Amino acid sequence: MKENVISVRELTKRFGDFTAVDRITFDVRRGEIFGFLGANGAGKTTAMRMLCGLSFPTSGSGTVAGFDIMREGEKIKRRIGYMSQRFSLYDDLTVWENIRLFAGIYGLTPYRTKRRAVELLSRLDFRSERNTLVGSLPLGWKQKLAFSIATLHNPEIVFLDEPTGGVDPITRRQFWELIYEAADRGTTVFVTTHYMDEAEYCTRVSIMVDGEVRALDTPAALKRQFAAESMDEVFRTLARGAKRAE
Amino acid sequence: MKTDFLKFVRKEFLHILRDKRTLLIVLLQPAVMLLLFGFAISTEVNDVRVVVVAPNLTDGVKDAVNRVAANPNFSFCGYISQNEVDDVLRGGDVAAVVVFAADYDRRMMQTALGEPAATPVQIVVDASNTNIASSASAYLQNIIAGTASAQSMFETHLLYNPQMKSAYNFVPGIMGVIFILVCAMMTSVSIVREKEVGTMEVLLVSPVRPMRIIVAKMIPYFAISCVTLAIILLLSRYVLDVPMSGGVGGIVGLSMLYLALALAFGLLISTFASTQVAAWLVSAVVMLMPMVMLSGMLFPIENLPLVLQGVSCIIPARWYIAAVRKMMIEGLPFSAVLHEFAVLCTMLVALVGLSLKKFNDKLE
Repeated sequence: MKENVISVRELTKRFGDFTAVDRITFDVRRGEIFGFLGANGAGKTTAMRMLCGLSFPTSGSGTVAGFDIMREGEKIKRRIGYMSQRFSLYDDLTVWENIRLFAGIYGLTPYRTKRRAVELLSRLDFRSERNTLVGSLPLGWKQKLAFSIATLHNPEIVFLDEPTGGVDPITRRQFWELIYEAADRGTTVFVTTHYMDEAEYCTRVSIMVDGEVRALDTPAALKRQFAAESMDEVFRTLARGAKRAE
Repeated sequence: MKTDFLKFVRKEFLHILRDKRTLLIVLLQPAVMLLLFGFAISTEVNDVRVVVVAPNLTDGVKDAVNRVAANPNFSFCGYISQNEVDDVLRGGDVAAVVVFAADYDRRMMQTALGEPAATPVQIVVDASNTNIASSASAYLQNIIAGTASAQSMFETHLLYNPQMKSAYNFVPGIMGVIFILVCAMMTSVSIVREKEVGTMEVLLVSPVRPMRIIVAKMIPYFAISCVTLAIILLLSRYVLDVPMSGGVGGIVGLSMLYLALALAFGLLISTFASTQVAAWLVSAVVMLMPMVMLSGMLFPIENLPLVLQGVSCIIPARWYIAAVRKMMIEGLPFSAVLHEFAVLCTMLVALVGLSLKKFNDKLE
């Protein structure tokens, strides 16, 4: 059994009377691709924001990369990467300027920045686009670039919040290849998604309904448990009981 | 950590430089406004067309008409008869008519000797523009009466702005508005843009301290404002001939303080606006409008209703404009504006405190 890089116990977030995340408990192991599923409004994003240090839990405890999410948010931030569902690079800066900026933010030396940039650009086959404004790239390219920049500093964990929203199937496939490569290099991937076919690519999957984690296992085991053909069916069975509307 | 801060500053400069149109507007706007207000828009009465009704062209009348014609504020357009007065005014070709009595010379003589006499001159003015009407009639009275009756009752001295150039008055006002525009509006929009686009979230997940992001954003706008300040001062001095005899140091110092205030304003706006449009609207409606109306830029504060005079006290531009006016036009030293300086300092401390608190609250 591999060690846990994320470990969460009874984590809860309330906004006034509304309990967005209700005592969730789970572990994520090093190097796995952890799919974090749930319908809109199920509390995925809130849970993820707590893990990234963007939002304080109301109660419960948890560690990310070995640090306490209540007290050591700053240390966690140095060890994670993050890519949001909205496009997260600067459109009016060039590919290289974006790389340089984020490398600087994570404290990479100029030498390492240059080396990582060359590596990254050749992996993406982007070398000729080095000085192109990011705004003029197609959406799929932007998403791949955003992912590569989010993992530029070799974070222990990379959080992806619906990274493939609005991207065509071919690019989505390429995007998942990048995710696999990152996982092979030892980066843990924590990903939320709406696409159930993507859930099949994950090592393990958790499904949130009404702020609670209702199921957590490998896709194969979940399908057995719910006697379902696909993850889509598993998800629909669970989501049927949801009280919260979108 | 120092280098990542510089990287942020560079990034902000890049954002601004890439957006050439905005940059151009920001840099050209002060010059255009200054020149517009200085030359084109003017509250002075210039080139008022005057015609004269004179039943008898005596020496006294000719003398008076010559004086009017020689005055640069008026252009003399000839003589008409009494029954044409209404028509020329209605036609709009002429703004004022001077009607001399038939026995003008005799009546003037009597007036000069202190004897009771009928009015020697009538001035008929088109008052559809009240500003022009009142200034023109006052000027005409002075010109005609002033030298005719050898001794004048009053001797008036116009201090600080002896030629009554209105450009003088507008320069401090324009400075007050431009800096709010560049610093507060642009900073708030630029912070809110990152929130709107989603990049702010990525920055907040990164190890960079939020305060650094904000300060890095302010630096380029502060720099641009300093350039603007230099442009305004140079134009005022060498094109508009504003005296600035009190020295430039005080004006620059006070402007820096005001810039800081505007930046804090921008930060405050960015904490409660969630879209760029909202940030623009808040800046324009909540800040710019009251500022233009209540700062003394256009309308003298003394003329406002008492309630609004009270409100004007919390508008930083009011104090800034008053102080700059003193230093720029009256030529007073910095020590004369200590009161305004103290008020602005207090406002700065309060505003920075408030916006930082709001900013930190919002991060959660």
